[in-house]
Amino acid sequence: MEPLILARVQFGFTISFHIIFPALTIGLASYLAVLEGLWLRTGRQVYIDLYQFWIKIFAVAFGMGVVSGLVMAYQFGTNWSNFSRFAGGVTGPLLAYEVLTAFFLEAGFLGVMLFGRERVGPGLHFVSTLAVAVGTLVSATWILASNSWMQTPQGHEIIDGRVVPVDWFKVIFNPSFPYRLAHTVTAAYLATALMVGGAAAWHLLRGNDNTRVRTMLSMALWMLLAAAPLQALIGDQHGLNTLEHQPAKLAAIEGHWERTPEGEGVPLILFGWPDMKAEVTRFAIEIPRAGSLLLAHSWDGQIPALKEFAPEDRPNSTIVFWTFRAMVGLGVLMIALAFWGLWLRRGQRLFAQRAFLRLAVALSPAGLVAILAGWFTTEIGRQPWVVYGLMRTADAVSPQHSTSQVGFTLALFVVVYFVVFGAGTAYGLRLIAKGPTGGHGDPPVHGGPGEPRQPMRPLSAASESDDGH
Amino acid sequence: MGIDLPLIWAVIILFGIMMYVVMDGFDLGIGILFPFVPAKEDRDVMMNTVAPVWDGNETWLVLGGAGLLAAFPLAYAVILSAFYLPLILMLVGLVFRGVAFEFRFKARAGKRRWWDAAFIGGSFTATFFQGVTLGAFLNGLKVVDGNFAGGSFDWVSPFSLFTGLALVAAYALLGANWLVMKTEGPLQMRMRSLARPLAWLMLAVIIAISIWTPLAHKAIATRWFSLPNLLYFAPVPLLVALVVYKLLQALRGDGHASPFLLTLALLFLGYTGLGISLWPNVIPPDISIWQAAGPAQSLGFALVGALLIIPIILMYTAWSYWVFRGKVRHGDGYH
Repeated sequence: MEPLILARVQFGFTISFHIIFPALTIGLASYLAVLEGLWLRTGRQVYIDLYQFWIKIFAVAFGMGVVSGLVMAYQFGTNWSNFSRFAGGVTGPLLAYEVLTAFFLEAGFLGVMLFGRERVGPGLHFVSTLAVAVGTLVSATWILASNSWMQTPQGHEIIDGRVVPVDWFKVIFNPSFPYRLAHTVTAAYLATALMVGGAAAWHLLRGNDNTRVRTMLSMALWMLLAAAPLQALIGDQHGLNTLEHQPAKLAAIEGHWERTPEGEGVPLILFGWPDMKAEVTRFAIEIPRAGSLLLAHSWDGQIPALKEFAPEDRPNSTIVFWTFRAMVGLGVLMIALAFWGLWLRRGQRLFAQRAFLRLAVALSPAGLVAILAGWFTTEIGRQPWVVYGLMRTADAVSPQHSTSQVGFTLALFVVVYFVVFGAGTAYGLRLIAKGPTGGHGDPPVHGGPGEPRQPMRPLSAASESDDGH
Repeated sequence: MGIDLPLIWAVIILFGIMMYVVMDGFDLGIGILFPFVPAKEDRDVMMNTVAPVWDGNETWLVLGGAGLLAAFPLAYAVILSAFYLPLILMLVGLVFRGVAFEFRFKARAGKRRWWDAAFIGGSFTATFFQGVTLGAFLNGLKVVDGNFAGGSFDWVSPFSLFTGLALVAAYALLGANWLVMKTEGPLQMRMRSLARPLAWLMLAVIIAISIWTPLAHKAIATRWFSLPNLLYFAPVPLLVALVVYKLLQALRGDGHASPFLLTLALLFLGYTGLGISLWPNVIPPDISIWQAAGPAQSLGFALVGALLIIPIILMYTAWSYWVFRGKVRHGDGYH
């Protein structure tokens, strides 16, 4: 195997592990800020109990995010030195701003957030939680500005074989940036809501029914109900943006090889097997004209076809066709779960309907899987370019490394990541399995999130108020 | 344009790396000292002295990398691909020790020793390869047409292996004196007694590097020993002698913070010495900061942020240290 392939596998492997943790910390940091804010306002014990529970899982995820992110910051230079030299003028300052405005903010206040409750007042502690939550969002903003510039570059000139930024506003607010940012942050919130809700459902299924678990499930489902349909709309807009700026990627996602005759409209291929050699999508199950309706919003609109691009300029349709469908399929399931939950609330069966709870458990990793699938779609869909239209991935790699060298480091990362992040995931799951424990004096208050407005049965309030000390 | 952007950025990056060496230095040092302190309770205390701040300390390393990419993309590309293996081994070390902070407290009792080993091994590996990289960097890099043109193992030399071990000694000394400041009782006494031989070792290491470097590199010898430079730079070795003397004195007495502060001064002096040897090259032996600088638009844009934000970062970092001031005691479990 060539060093190029190995370097790409290495980047894909390390970024795939990494992206899971920031996604969770973005969602969990905001969730923790909401919990602490609610606690300060209402004084209800359940919120601080949940805060103390989820902060442990947040700490584990954050630690893994930091160390896997450190690897990313150096990988651009170790494996992709030609890319760094070519595009460092744009990606470098954006990364520097991420470090300055986000990483330090998160790290500086994380200590107080995790360990400082006894040492600072409740107000200052809340400020620390907010600072960390804001830091995670600022971090996402900068890194996605950088990534989006690589997808849809503008605001630069190429002088002496390297990128020179001429208009930073254009560089940052490049065409795909607003869509990608909205799509990714919403995805992080969705993934977290699914995990929190799935954890609550798991406890309910095991008979561990108390106010804390119910509050978790209820809050998670409200989040899901707001974010899952919204995500479908954002995703649609993101797709239209891709159609405009990265037509080859879109054609590959759709497995669409040839322009249809005038007036016939483009079918939507639901399933099939895009064959890159034969230049055709085999076993296609199609809906006539649905492609035109979805992407051109008209009866016979055209979308670009893969054969319009030279073979060496086409992304791998077989992969992105399926990763895209995996993402969309999971999104549909999330929307279904959200509305089922809403419907169950009416009959006050939300905490007892076992089929629903089982689906919630099954979907608890779905948000993270969807993020990975979406990430694969957009990154593999950008190929063969590392900076779209400006630099090919093959030209970006460090030229001096041998196959054995890159192979060695790849093997090292694989072993280390599975050991370290495998253990971390196990610890996280074990913490979740323990469940939130209660402080004292947890009065059964009715009508808050997670609770029916009246007891489900007369005299049941006491039995459902609390279980475990 | 009157502003020398590469110069200002070189100062910022040097400052960032110095902050990193000083701050991550003492928490890496704690990992290096773990083998000398077998009791679980003591190890808990040692870890808890840095648990709230280690992440911020490590962020300076990310700033070093990002600043280098932003201001000197050529240097970033050349240095990181030249030191491919040692840097990746350093990162792997940092992965292990970083997660150990959380995992050690989350693991079942039987598994804890695995994460103790990960913390020790990770701290040692990360430190050693940082030192190796530093030594190899001093030795210089072969660059042709903006690409590293040397071999994959050019970084291995007696000198670089020596600087690797030297940095282990330096961080261990820093860690021991941090613990003298942050702990009390038998653990503090143990650290005090460890710090004394480490201080002597440190002095020996500084002398060895100070002789070895100018012997091996003519340019560095000229930099230091020609007139009038000799007079300008003479305070550096004199101050080193003075600080080591003061440090040994403080360790014999009962100073709590003074040994740590003196070690910081010592590292600062060593760092200054390296800076004098290399200036103004960002890729030794002959590529200067001006040759490796990125586009002025990139340096200028990033500079605005750096100048506005770094003071704020320093303020809240100081605040965080202040919140966690004072001695850490047994059972002060944050977890």
